Amino acid sequence: MLNQISNGRQTPEAAMAGRQQVYSVCGMCSVRCPIVVEVEDGKAVRIEGNPKSPLKGSLCARGAAGIALEMDTERPQRPLIRVGERGEGTWREASWDEALDYVAGKLKDITAAHGGRSVLFSDRGGPFVDLHQAFMRGLGSPNYCNHDSACARNVQHAAKSVMGIGRKEVVYDYRNCKHLVLQTRNILEAINVAEANAVLDGMEKGCKLSVVDIRATYTAGKADNFYMVRPGSDLAFNLAVIHVLINEGLYNKPYVEAHVQDLDALARHVATCTPQWAEGETGVPAAAITALARQLAEAAPNVIWHPGWMVARYDDSFHVCRTAYIINALLGSIGAKGGLPIANKPGDVGRKGLKKLVDLYPAPEEKRADGVGWRHTQFDGGPGLINLAYDAIATGDPYPVKAYICYRHDPLMAMPDAEAMKRKWEGLDLLVSVTFSWSDTAWHSDVVLPLSTYLSRESIIASKGGLKPQFFVRKRAMQPTLDTKADWEILCGLARRLGMDKLAFDRIEDIWEYQLQPTGVTMADFDAKGFVELCDAPRYREDAELKFATSSGKLEMISPKWTKAGEPSLRPYAAPPAPPQGMFRIAFGRTALHTQGHTVNNPLLAEQMPTNVAWINTARAAELGIADGELLEVLDARGTAAGRIRAFVTDFVHPEALFMVHGFGHRLPVESRARGKGVADQDLMPGGLERYDRAGGGISMQEHFVAVRKAAARA
Amino acid sequence: MSTYCIVTDERRCISCKACEVHCKVKNAMPVGIKLGEHFTEGPVPGPNGAPLYRTLYMPCFHCEQPECVDVCPTGAMTKREADGIVHVVADDCIGCGACLEACPWHIPQWNEDGDKAVKCDLCMDRIDAGLKPACVTGCTTHALALVGQDDPRYEEQRKRAPQRVLAER
Repeated sequence: MLNQISNGRQTPEAAMAGRQQVYSVCGMCSVRCPIVVEVEDGKAVRIEGNPKSPLKGSLCARGAAGIALEMDTERPQRPLIRVGERGEGTWREASWDEALDYVAGKLKDITAAHGGRSVLFSDRGGPFVDLHQAFMRGLGSPNYCNHDSACARNVQHAAKSVMGIGRKEVVYDYRNCKHLVLQTRNILEAINVAEANAVLDGMEKGCKLSVVDIRATYTAGKADNFYMVRPGSDLAFNLAVIHVLINEGLYNKPYVEAHVQDLDALARHVATCTPQWAEGETGVPAAAITALARQLAEAAPNVIWHPGWMVARYDDSFHVCRTAYIINALLGSIGAKGGLPIANKPGDVGRKGLKKLVDLYPAPEEKRADGVGWRHTQFDGGPGLINLAYDAIATGDPYPVKAYICYRHDPLMAMPDAEAMKRKWEGLDLLVSVTFSWSDTAWHSDVVLPLSTYLSRESIIASKGGLKPQFFVRKRAMQPTLDTKADWEILCGLARRLGMDKLAFDRIEDIWEYQLQPTGVTMADFDAKGFVELCDAPRYREDAELKFATSSGKLEMISPKWTKAGEPSLRPYAAPPAPPQGMFRIAFGRTALHTQGHTVNNPLLAEQMPTNVAWINTARAAELGIADGELLEVLDARGTAAGRIRAFVTDFVHPEALFMVHGFGHRLPVESRARGKGVADQDLMPGGLERYDRAGGGISMQEHFVAVRKAAARA
Repeated sequence: MSTYCIVTDERRCISCKACEVHCKVKNAMPVGIKLGEHFTEGPVPGPNGAPLYRTLYMPCFHCEQPECVDVCPTGAMTKREADGIVHVVADDCIGCGACLEACPWHIPQWNEDGDKAVKCDLCMDRIDAGLKPACVTGCTTHALALVGQDDPRYEEQRKRAPQRVLAER
């Protein structure tokens, strides 16, 4: 077994212990940290961060708990085909040949009747999606989607609207930053290990940290400045900062002169947005807002105002993200070392990128079912907006969508109002889940195709932009313990059955060889570190090199693309409604111990954090007679109870908010550790699938009100 | 104390509990047993009213005069001569539980899988191979460090940590 593992190598210490070490890529969340897996007798026994990478051994709790995922039998163990009603949980077990034949047969029937465009696919984005996109192109469908309308779409579109490039085309240069502002980015709990270390390294070198949030996260606990804003008032805060930067002449004049379009319009827009006005909206003292703007100007251009990550929160989140980019623009940090330098692609450092699998097939000419690119012209076509694609399933407008493949994606937990979503899905003739864990979506599917965990599957080679662009690859550290398959085995297996011969690869090595063709890199080059850097030193651009991919070539305060779509680029602030008497605005977030819902049943992580709690402000709790630790019921706006949860009473959450960590409240009988623990925030958002930020595309998940009562009162 | 100890840099610690999980995986400990425990207190108001979290990771202190060693009837609980690491020689442990009672810090744990006492040995197999304990290597933010007696943090840890642990408990 040992010598079958590709990329096997031994350090003296590991050799002493009889262990092999395999460089690979974590898969416990979407960050994909570089790891090294220690393997003994063909089994992974310990994982740490790749010591040759910036992680230098460090790895978060989820990454450390990866082997418990592989060894857990409470996940789909072999292919399953539904025999009862959807969601009933009755299945027949199938061999892989039978299951793939079944799915391919259904896809053939559906595409024969409705065309390739009737197939929808969604994943959770990331660096390995080229294979998924190639599969969809092979089918002739434009309907590749990812999860992002429930995550970072507003940031992505804000980036496009200001800079003309996507959010990942700039780098967060934390180590050289002098003042970091985090807003809707809980960077020390929603962890990217390399990033968390870079932030802390920067702070050791003197970088100031300012946090804008509705509660005191662990990140806020490290801040020099913490601003507890009224939920939904971030835009007012940001407009006031812009007001001070412009009115006090604190912005970076040479930079703005060279690179910013329509400053005058921006100045007019914020003319009345004084700190005093913002104090009334946000609850943050005017003097504190003014002081922050001045501190930022002093640190400029080595400033990062983070535009956010998971920002599918409010109806105006797109504009919150936009103003974050605008503040960076005024401070001259976009493109600057210690700010947001431009990420380099292979071509920027004189190298060739990977050959794309998606280029095996021509781009479909068909318009997207979700309306992105033609009905909604401001949005990115790439991953579309999955929630709008569901409307097409339900209505047949613009055409019938009859098959849906969810790859490593659990929309029923990721988005509001599962019952409404299930009703829309009634129009599907085929619903397939490709998954390594049980999920509400897998449970509701017609076919479950169990994916091998990241420890027992390979992935295609990925390309990562940055100051030093690189290629990296996931290797198989051990053979699967259950009857599961790798993503490429599943999709290439379906491709063969569907007559998509160009994508019907038999061996991962053949895929890797195809991808590397133009690059001058060989697989042996990955042996030394597990990844291949494409240049020796970080490459920063000179100011003179900065040219943005907007129509004006500048950073645009007014985006013609958004104007054309009927969306104002500078939207006047509208205060969020206050919760009705006795109610709260639902708020949710992350913990370092879990990845949304899909790790809650992991034995080691369930031990660490088996349930969530409801953060409730001390004064509000006193009004309701609720004590710390008391068991509560949480009710949605219609008065329906969503489950029981213990109160965490603290001064450090805004009185209007009820906060809980997302991912709990599981109900599936196959998850013994997760079942019945805590409350699911997405259950508290009736009608929420319809409510999204029209300008940015993100679902507005914090535009819902909830009530609480003591659980004992139920009887 | 042993010639080394593990210290927590509160400025870097993010209360993510990776230390506990790395420890459990490396030492193959079942659910319910933690050889090292991480404490977080907060959010509490800091000096300027801003929120603050206090954190501490507590593996075994490896006492100068370990009470667990004194009470062990078989000599299974052993203090290693060379560096003072206190560890269980599993073959000699009869599972009497005396060490669990004796330790003021409740460090030794009962492992039903084998009916023996288990405790933090600072990953002495890793130390002997020139590596650091699993919790230190794996710590998400490099907040943990293994320091020797010549490091000022060693003395600070010896004085301060036990009091903090008592306060937490």
